[in-house]
Amino acid sequence: MASVTLEKLNKTFGSTHIIKDVDLKIGNGEFVVFVGPSGCGKSTLLRLIAGLESITDGTMQIGDSVVNELPPRERGVGMVFQSYALYPHMTVYENMAFGLKLAKMANETVDDRVMSTARILQLEELLQRKPKELSGGQRQRVAMGRAMAREPQILLFDEPLSNLDASLRVQMRNEIARLHHRLGSTMIYVTHDQVEAMTLADKIVVLRDGRIEQVGSPHDLYQRPETRFVAGFIGSPTMNFMPAELLEQNADGCRVKVPGVGEVTLPQDASSVDTGKELTLGVRPEHLRLEEAQGDNAFEIVNVEYLGNEVYVYLEPKAGDTLLVHRTEAPSDWKVGQQAALAPEIEHIHLFDADDQALGLARQSEAA
Amino acid sequence: MNQYQLMKLLKRVGLYALIAVVLVYAVFPFYYAVITSLKPSSELFQPELWLSSIHLSNYAQVLGQGSFLRAILNSIIVSLSVVFIALLLGITAAYALGRVRFRGRTTILLTILGVSMFPQVAVLSGLFEVIRTLNLYNNPAGLVLSYTIFTLPFTVWVLTTFMRQLPQELEEAAIMDGATPWVTITRVFLPLMWPAMATTGLLAFIAAWNEFLFALTFTLTDDQRTVPVAIALISGGSQHELPWGPIMAASVTVTVPLVILVMIFQRRIVSGLTAGAVKG
Repeated sequence: MASVTLEKLNKTFGSTHIIKDVDLKIGNGEFVVFVGPSGCGKSTLLRLIAGLESITDGTMQIGDSVVNELPPRERGVGMVFQSYALYPHMTVYENMAFGLKLAKMANETVDDRVMSTARILQLEELLQRKPKELSGGQRQRVAMGRAMAREPQILLFDEPLSNLDASLRVQMRNEIARLHHRLGSTMIYVTHDQVEAMTLADKIVVLRDGRIEQVGSPHDLYQRPETRFVAGFIGSPTMNFMPAELLEQNADGCRVKVPGVGEVTLPQDASSVDTGKELTLGVRPEHLRLEEAQGDNAFEIVNVEYLGNEVYVYLEPKAGDTLLVHRTEAPSDWKVGQQAALAPEIEHIHLFDADDQALGLARQSEAA
Repeated sequence: MNQYQLMKLLKRVGLYALIAVVLVYAVFPFYYAVITSLKPSSELFQPELWLSSIHLSNYAQVLGQGSFLRAILNSIIVSLSVVFIALLLGITAAYALGRVRFRGRTTILLTILGVSMFPQVAVLSGLFEVIRTLNLYNNPAGLVLSYTIFTLPFTVWVLTTFMRQLPQELEEAAIMDGATPWVTITRVFLPLMWPAMATTGLLAFIAAWNEFLFALTFTLTDDQRTVPVAIALISGGSQHELPWGPIMAASVTVTVPLVILVMIFQRRIVSGLTAGAVKG
């Protein structure tokens, strides 16, 4: 177990700048998830921590020591690969014992370690099998076992569930979460799936183009996204965005005009924005209420998805081509072709300026 | 029988006729050598397709010569050394060329491929001087050196292609487990590369076993010769007689082990040679 500290970390491949000035502190025993779209640098960041890539600039500390120049085996990290990368010619036991034997441990110690790891991961029955005789989920567990057997201070996961089918993915997600509760070790996990990030993480790091967009607990990121990118990335279905025009700002907040909705008074502090400028209003599907249409402010319902416990209602937007989504408990009476008026819940509206930064509340007391 | 079935039958007959032609072309000379080697010298010049009786006198004569047995031993030593050295250098070079990113890697690979195209005769005199300088003239070590030069490019090329196909994450997993490059090669890659090693090793063995020109040029005395030269120098009772019987017996003796080896490894040879042709 150990903490990880990254300071002004940079990585370039030739002329391509992959990781740009990343500062991050990962606490002892934390489960941290790096999430972002493909090409955002999340895997590279993980490989930098593992020691599989060299750091171009900046410092990295594991525990109290700077590890920039240390090879992977001296960093006390274990890694689970996306393709599992099990040694195909070795049995499960040999796979898990390989690193221990290379570390010149006594045979009894190796045996103890492998057996206790196998017990935790329920691999005892499979120890004499070769990887090709295992199912996907079992291979996954062996890959975790191999990383854990060396009792690393930090466990790294590189998209470990992306090769599994959907139901197995949910099951393994649970197992990883329970493993973290039981071992209490520091874990860093890379995924492009925001559901995995939300369900597993103590702390989510959202990356975009090699920079950290926002760091926070799943709750923070969902409730208080700092940028439009984070707001749109976290949550499914994704947040609704609508253009808005700033009409006036005052000490209590601001008034905006939203095409198709009308004038709305919001608690956000818009003093940094000039009156008349374009803003973006964001509201999550569950906070976008629908009402009977009256007058001109109406949206047409183009699709209704019934999911058993809830219903997604899709509406034709006034601008852009991304459909607006309303999410409600089933059953719902809304039908395709109906006209509906939008009634966003004021206290759950997010407002973003032209640079896609979220505007804070005018009065902090209202934040609760 | 309708026309379609007739066409099918004809095609099938044609196919087998073609196979028969190829088979006769490839195997008949060897078959005739075997037959000839089993005839007494008095019947040598009566062409027959089948043997009426088996005489082992030619074999007794050839194997009774100490120099021929010595030549076989030399051939075995030389060929095995070539295989061992070529595989050792080949696999380490393949790791560097297939796994390590460095400037000029492609150039080196292409140069290696280019070297393998050199005709033997072109380097013969130069190589002769090298071997004289190294004091390896009339020494099997000189043959090992020169055969390795010609075997290595092919070995490196095939092993590099094969090594590149092994997943990157496998090597990274080994690195995370604390393996040095040497441990990664020997404990992780080597067990996965047996098909390619069997192929290249066998081809290197055959090339060294059959080589004639260098063997003739770089050796002088009977006790340093390899089999191809020894067979060529088998002489008859007089200048005007070629002892076909013993020559054939000697040829068969040194060919049979190769045939057996190829049969044992044939599956691996195919899978090793096609590796890299198609992406798995």
